[in-house]
Amino acid sequence: MENNVFAGQYRGRKRKDIFFRIAVMVPAGIVIALLFLILAQVVVNGAKSLNFDFFFQQQKPFGEIGGGIVQAIVGTLMLLATAIVIALPFSLLAALYLYEHKGSKRANGLLSVVNTLQGIPSIVIGVVIYSWVVVPMKTFSALSGGIALSIVMLPLMISMIKESLEMVPASYVEAALALGAPRWRVIVEIVLPAAGSGILEATGLGIARAAGETAPLLFTAFGNPFLSLNFKGPISALPLVIYEYIKSPYDDWHQKAWGAALLLVVFVLSLNLFIGTRKKR
Amino acid sequence: MNDRRFNALLGFAALVIVFIFAGFLFTLVVQSLPAVKQEGAAFLYGSEWNPVTTHFGALPFIIGTLMTSAIALVIAIPLSLSAGIVMGEYVNSSWIRSILNTLINVLASIPSVVFGLWGIEVVIPLIRKLAMLVGAPPYGAGILSASLVLAIMIIPYMSSMTREALMNVPAGLREGAFALGLTKQEVVTGIALPFAKNSIFAGILLSLGRALGETMAVTMLIGNATRIPTSLFSLGNTLASVIASQFNEAASDVHRSAMMGLALILLVITMLAGWFGRSLMSKGMGAYGK
Repeated sequence: MENNVFAGQYRGRKRKDIFFRIAVMVPAGIVIALLFLILAQVVVNGAKSLNFDFFFQQQKPFGEIGGGIVQAIVGTLMLLATAIVIALPFSLLAALYLYEHKGSKRANGLLSVVNTLQGIPSIVIGVVIYSWVVVPMKTFSALSGGIALSIVMLPLMISMIKESLEMVPASYVEAALALGAPRWRVIVEIVLPAAGSGILEATGLGIARAAGETAPLLFTAFGNPFLSLNFKGPISALPLVIYEYIKSPYDDWHQKAWGAALLLVVFVLSLNLFIGTRKKR
Repeated sequence: MNDRRFNALLGFAALVIVFIFAGFLFTLVVQSLPAVKQEGAAFLYGSEWNPVTTHFGALPFIIGTLMTSAIALVIAIPLSLSAGIVMGEYVNSSWIRSILNTLINVLASIPSVVFGLWGIEVVIPLIRKLAMLVGAPPYGAGILSASLVLAIMIIPYMSSMTREALMNVPAGLREGAFALGLTKQEVVTGIALPFAKNSIFAGILLSLGRALGETMAVTMLIGNATRIPTSLFSLGNTLASVIASQFNEAASDVHRSAMMGLALILLVITMLAGWFGRSLMSKGMGAYGK
């Protein structure tokens, strides 16, 4: 008799278990399918507009079919180069500060500033850099866009570099100090080289993160229909082109927006995946 | 070079970072003063935003921001928790797990403007059909479209935080529960989820922070109307999207200053969500089995 009661209970619990399994599996399946669908649509739609002209021609005048987006490809590369030149030294030094003063009140304060910076909406970075750089220079510029992107990169790179510094075995540092090397030489010649691949990964992820940012560029880099190599003038970028083209009434431009999206996604993903596989090793 | 100079150099870089943050607050406060002076407290609760008559009240955008983020959370939470639970508890084969991880990471890194593009070409036509079905104005763009895409954008983030929180549950707790004869469901809902709940909630708050400040996809999908949204299908604007769509065409200095004020409000809201989330996160990592 007692046995039967337990058996009945067990059946109920088993049923509940199966029900729960279905209740989480179905939504999870929907999520995975949806994410696959988006990725597939970007690839399929984007691939249609990839051709030689797309990569090497400038934008044609409004409404004319053909041409390409070389101005945006070059612009994005210039913006990212500017941003990394600014962000790398500062994030390296700030991360070293956190490493050297680990656990101190000031370091904890800096760490919470870095975390807060990471949460600043990118549009806010855009308006502040507008009033810091664009207003005094009296023109939109690649420089101001690069500065805005460097602020997007900074917090991410600081926390990643800090982590890779902390992974350097303490015995390396202790051995070098025991040999009588001054602290700064230990940092420069032992810690930094040992953390080198981590710093490289942080740089890559910083670039990947900034490459897709649009909002900080709206009021800084602004966009430019022509190929420009001038750091002091407005410049185009891949995300800006996507935003501008999809708003336009031309089917050809809509098509190119998908192409630019695919290009951007492939760039960001290959950086991410490359770093991901490096990390596993 | 000596140790003192080296330390001074590090200290200088640290100061620069702090000054950047302080400078952000300072600039936004100073630049928004003209508009705040003109409007007074009505800048926060005024429901009219009209660059022509130069009346600037932020209420429509505050409501738009909270509304889109709230709807996005309502959609994203059940889906992300399920996906996180499946990835953290149910997938045993390591290669399926790594495929799912990669897919989630891939989607977390897709730029917002690409989601906006996808939304314009795929979501808006669908919502337009739905609106015609229920007799709402068939704009296509609007609160619902923006919230849907926002939800999709935060799902990868939220589900990977949930998965991580679940994987931090000590194996001993789980093994003990199985040894007592609990079913998988009982272990998940009775042991793992309660243990991880702080970290999961922190993940939700951090995702909320992202949703609140998300600009491009929302700007492209919300329809950019400066009225208080009244239904799921109405056009609207969020704090971020109104800045993105009007800043370059500011009609006057006060108009621009008012948008600096909006940026300040947005910064404060997202900072609060972030701080709250991070403090919960450190609490969640704390004591064993709370």
